[in-house]
Amino acid sequence: MLKLTDVDTHYGPLPVLKSVSLEVRVGEIVCLLGGNASGKSTTMKTILGVVRPTAGRVEFEGDRIDGLATEVIARRGISLVPEARRIFARMTVWENLSMGAFTRQKAPAGEVAQDFERVWTLFPRLKERQHQLGGTLSGGEQQMLAIGRALMARPRLLLMDEPSMGLAPVLVDQVFDIIRAINGQGTTILVVEQNAPVALSIATRGYVLQNGRIVIHDTARILLATDYVRRAYLGED
Amino acid sequence: MADVLAILPQQLVFGLALGTVYGLVALGYTMVYGILFMINFAHGEIFMIGAYVGWWVLALLLQAQAGALHPAWVLPLMLLPAMLFTGALGVGLERFAYRPLYLRGATRLGPLISAIGASIFLQNAVMLTQGARMKVYMTSLLFPRDWRIQIAGASVSALVIVMVAVAGLMMWGLHLLVQRTTLGRSIRAVAEDREMAAIMGVNVRRVIALTFFMGSALGGAGGVLVGLYYTQIDFFMGYSAGLKAFTAAVLGGIGNIRGAMLGGLILGLVESLAVTFMNPAYKDVVAFVLLILVLVIRPTGLLGESVAARAKV
Ligand SMILES: Nc1ncnc2c1ncn2[C@@H]1O[C@H](COP(=O)(O)OP(=O)(O)O)[C@@H](O)[C@H]1O
Ligand SMILES: [Mg+2]
Repeated sequence: MLKLTDVDTHYGPLPVLKSVSLEVRVGEIVCLLGGNASGKSTTMKTILGVVRPTAGRVEFEGDRIDGLATEVIARRGISLVPEARRIFARMTVWENLSMGAFTRQKAPAGEVAQDFERVWTLFPRLKERQHQLGGTLSGGEQQMLAIGRALMARPRLLLMDEPSMGLAPVLVDQVFDIIRAINGQGTTILVVEQNAPVALSIATRGYVLQNGRIVIHDTARILLATDYVRRAYLGED
Repeated sequence: MADVLAILPQQLVFGLALGTVYGLVALGYTMVYGILFMINFAHGEIFMIGAYVGWWVLALLLQAQAGALHPAWVLPLMLLPAMLFTGALGVGLERFAYRPLYLRGATRLGPLISAIGASIFLQNAVMLTQGARMKVYMTSLLFPRDWRIQIAGASVSALVIVMVAVAGLMMWGLHLLVQRTTLGRSIRAVAEDREMAAIMGVNVRRVIALTFFMGSALGGAGGVLVGLYYTQIDFFMGYSAGLKAFTAAVLGGIGNIRGAMLGGLILGLVESLAVTFMNPAYKDVVAFVLLILVLVIRPTGLLGESVAARAKV
């Protein structure tokens, strides 16, 4: 479904991604692990065309998408739960969700309403607060809103950048339950995480990024058992 | 003192009329600032060019038909071309004078200097093509001087009522558009976080161009109304009117649409009070004293948020 082949990305002269190749197949949850500043978010931005790769190719459902404008890539069915949430703080919860459905203005009447219902069911708290400004929500609620907003696009591929960051442990479990549920409903997911044990426990496969290079990729089960990964990312000595 | 109180209602009416038009023109500054964090210093010239387009339409109509011109159809006929022309001009400015600079990123100074350049260029272009001498709006042929009513001791002309109504309707329309429609939401999304808006599927460049179109068209409409009101226009009129409208935008909180309307009203009223109680020569000084006071005491304006809170994380 998504395929990166030998992708290089620079910020100005600074190389960040170095010959990154990775693949996400339909129906999978793929987990991208890596320490701080290893290039995880940059990988997400490269897929969405927020930054342009300087070499290599990005393909989505068989078509090359590197070089396309971000909004065009979004319209093809990729959406993002960004790092640090980045909800629209000065818009209401309802407006944030409606922005999420921006690409679906020509959808049959009722379809978007159904998606609102789906988000309200996943996150009842958001429904209670639908007229409140996004900026007034708590951190956890903002994360729910960021996830809900991404779902409103009915993406075929959902990118999630550290969805558990800064959340209380109870909420972390809840977020991962929701990721699994979303995947169960047919959305393919590429998730970036620092919280490797939890992420790998729900993922099909995983990649480890280090200094902009993919150093390991394997099934989640094998990664969980790999010494190197255990030491580096699961905090075991 | 009794004299002063006698003319007060009249002055308040003038203040209200000018204030709504300041607010209308201020919207152009505030919308562009809200979305690009840039002061479009050429907006005053856009306003001036709107006044010229309106003048041309009126002049052509007068030539074609010496008979009665009724504002009910003449005014829309003046406003529409003025708004389309200035709207397109705003889009052109954005495309050729600002976008090449802001896309390259870095500083805000580049587009600002380019805007000052565009302002001088437009002034001179109008001076060279239209002449340096002022042109006279034949307002009295459109709004006869005896079309007026008495309200609370003030004599209010039909023109003033129409000005307030037209400017008020346009502001209300803009408010609805920005608050209630998908387009309005996408404008606000781009203003808040351009990158996330694109990720939602919004064509950011198109939204920025549309914002310039709307802001400039409202400025052009303001030009027509002010032309009718003062009956004299020249290529330099955008300079002080632009500064006034900019003051109104800052007063209300630049980037804030309701703020621009409020700032315009307050500025218009304060000016008219100043004229009532002080030497009228101080009228312009009052506006700029107000600007300085706002910048010192409440830099975010009356309804504005702190710029730091809006900066991207
Ligand atoms: N907009 C940017 N401009 C310049 N350098 C950046 C930018 N964003 C990220 N970087 C740099 O790129 C590297 C990778 O960043 P990022 O992809 O955010 O890492 P991660 O998400 O894995 O923590 C870091 O060294 C970071 O400083
Ligand atoms: Mg990151």
